[in-house]
Amino acid sequence: MPDKCNTGVRLLQGNESCAEAALLAGVRFFAGYPITPSTEIAEILSERLPQVGGKFIQMEDEIASMAAIVGASLAGLKVMTATSGPGFSLKQENIGFASFTEVPCVVVNVQRTGPSTGLPTSPAQGDLQQARWGTHGDHPIVALYPSSVSETFDLTVKAVSISERLRVPVILLMDEVIAHMRERVVIPCASDVVAENRPRPQMPPAEYLPYLADPDGVPPMADFGSGYRWHVTGLYHDETGFPTSSPAKVDYLIRRLHAKVESRVKEITFTASEFIDDAKTAVVACGFTARSARCAVRVARERGIKAGIFQPKTIWPFPDALIEDIASRVDRIIVPEMNMGQLVREVQRASNGKCEVVGYSRVDGEPIAPEEILARIEGV
Amino acid sequence: MAREIDGYLRSRFLPHIWCPGCGHGIILNAVLRAIARLDLDNDDVCVVSGIGCASRAPGYIDFNTVHTTHGRAIAFATGIKIAKPDLHVIVLTGDGDASAIGGNHLIHAARRNMGITVVCMNNSIYGMTSGQYSPMTPSGRYATTAPYGNIERNFDLCELVRACGANYVARATTAHARQLSTYIEHAIETPGFAFVEAPTQCPTYFGRKNKMGGPVEMIEWFKKNSVTMAAAAKLDPAELAGKIVIGELYRGNAPEYTELYAKVMERAKEAAGK
Repeated sequence: MPDKCNTGVRLLQGNESCAEAALLAGVRFFAGYPITPSTEIAEILSERLPQVGGKFIQMEDEIASMAAIVGASLAGLKVMTATSGPGFSLKQENIGFASFTEVPCVVVNVQRTGPSTGLPTSPAQGDLQQARWGTHGDHPIVALYPSSVSETFDLTVKAVSISERLRVPVILLMDEVIAHMRERVVIPCASDVVAENRPRPQMPPAEYLPYLADPDGVPPMADFGSGYRWHVTGLYHDETGFPTSSPAKVDYLIRRLHAKVESRVKEITFTASEFIDDAKTAVVACGFTARSARCAVRVARERGIKAGIFQPKTIWPFPDALIEDIASRVDRIIVPEMNMGQLVREVQRASNGKCEVVGYSRVDGEPIAPEEILARIEGV
Repeated sequence: MAREIDGYLRSRFLPHIWCPGCGHGIILNAVLRAIARLDLDNDDVCVVSGIGCASRAPGYIDFNTVHTTHGRAIAFATGIKIAKPDLHVIVLTGDGDASAIGGNHLIHAARRNMGITVVCMNNSIYGMTSGQYSPMTPSGRYATTAPYGNIERNFDLCELVRACGANYVARATTAHARQLSTYIEHAIETPGFAFVEAPTQCPTYFGRKNKMGGPVEMIEWFKKNSVTMAAAAKLDPAELAGKIVIGELYRGNAPEYTELYAKVMERAKEAAGK
């Protein structure tokens, strides 16, 4: 098995870690369009996928890439695409389609500065809200956000699992700094990677209703060409999969889509924290910024300041309850981020006025250093 | 013995939503007759469409069917074909869907020689949004967004996809339903990218805006203004202007994409094993 050659302790970039994790999680189709700083993911998978019986295609644009992975997912494969900033904007149309038609897929967005072409290879964290609200209409989304090469591996596997199990597109938000930094990562054996599969129908084809949800809110999904014939449409549809404009059915569908994600917030929420239990000042940070924050908090503790850090690895759905709990115990929350305040507004909302919440933005294409956060912890 | 096409219909959804006199039903009939003559099982066919009048067709037919986003049908179909190369993947699309918003996907699927069949139901107008001009509206014709007459030139889609590398290119109007069905049959049989353009009447918008009469008059117009390839070869450019050239315009035998990719997989496995 080709995966053998990559199992073990490796020194990998975040992009390499993402690609290897995708293979071990069972991703067997990747369609993409080159864009920095995500490109290595496509380059690696173009080489590795055919080795494991998977398929890669470089499409003519970002929109087509997103469409192609949805098509391949309908035909039964675990699928992924990867892009950056402007490409993520282009993919939104078909991310909305995948959300609405409940087609599992993973979309990696290695963020870069924006708007528009921005600074093509400089880091920014400006796509947090686009990950949630990038498409038109109402639909839930799941987005995971690693802070290291090792976390990138773990969260890529989780992204595939959540996408398959819940039949939702999962966004893996990454930071350019992590995509291109090299770190130690332990790649497990294929047999040690547990990635879930989409629920498949157990009933005979004649009885299959493609959008009749199981009690857990997720309908079983048949592969095209497997003897179950069904219709997929971006129009509002009932349990048969065919269009409906019945207000009751329209209302039911959109509420079910939300409920299947919201009812699982606990099981799909991943976080990390340090010194948070007795903290008076909490830092809430994501992605690369969480590393600087962790460093700042450790130095603050050495100086006798009761600081702690909370890192949401699941950014959507936002961990409201956990943030509110922290807010009720601390005096102040500091939210450093490489954008004009996309995370801090969520923290303020979730804090429910229970403590002071202050943001710190850096938007010059440079990552936030620990000293900058430490200065704010110390009340400068 | 060819199958009956009834077995391919989701008859509970009939009658269809197309306007009285619309030619899309004739084209859908031609598609189903082609599939019947090929004796294909419902499970072995996948039909993909985008958005627009033509793109409602998959809802009426009992295959694996996807009604996707505007213009993107061919890109979705590409993913399906790569994932399951044994499926017969057919894209039913309109002229706006295929040549405007989806033009990029059309030319690249032809260039890759992706093994899908694209049937372009070309009514020269945006019907679903009620009569705006499309890239297939001929110069001088009227539309709700061309109230002074269209100053743009329309595509020759068959020439376009042929130039891009398609393996099969044909054209027949709704006045030539039998030929149309035969061409679609040949298209489905062709390994590689196959394209059939089916000019069709839209009496509700194109016909009315251009004072062409009802569906009968429009079909008569197609008959009078269509020429075979052999006849076209004898006409000078001035005589050919505005005429619809019908026939099997091109057949190639370039290797099909998923067959080439299967060889990539073999090479990759060998390389990984060393």
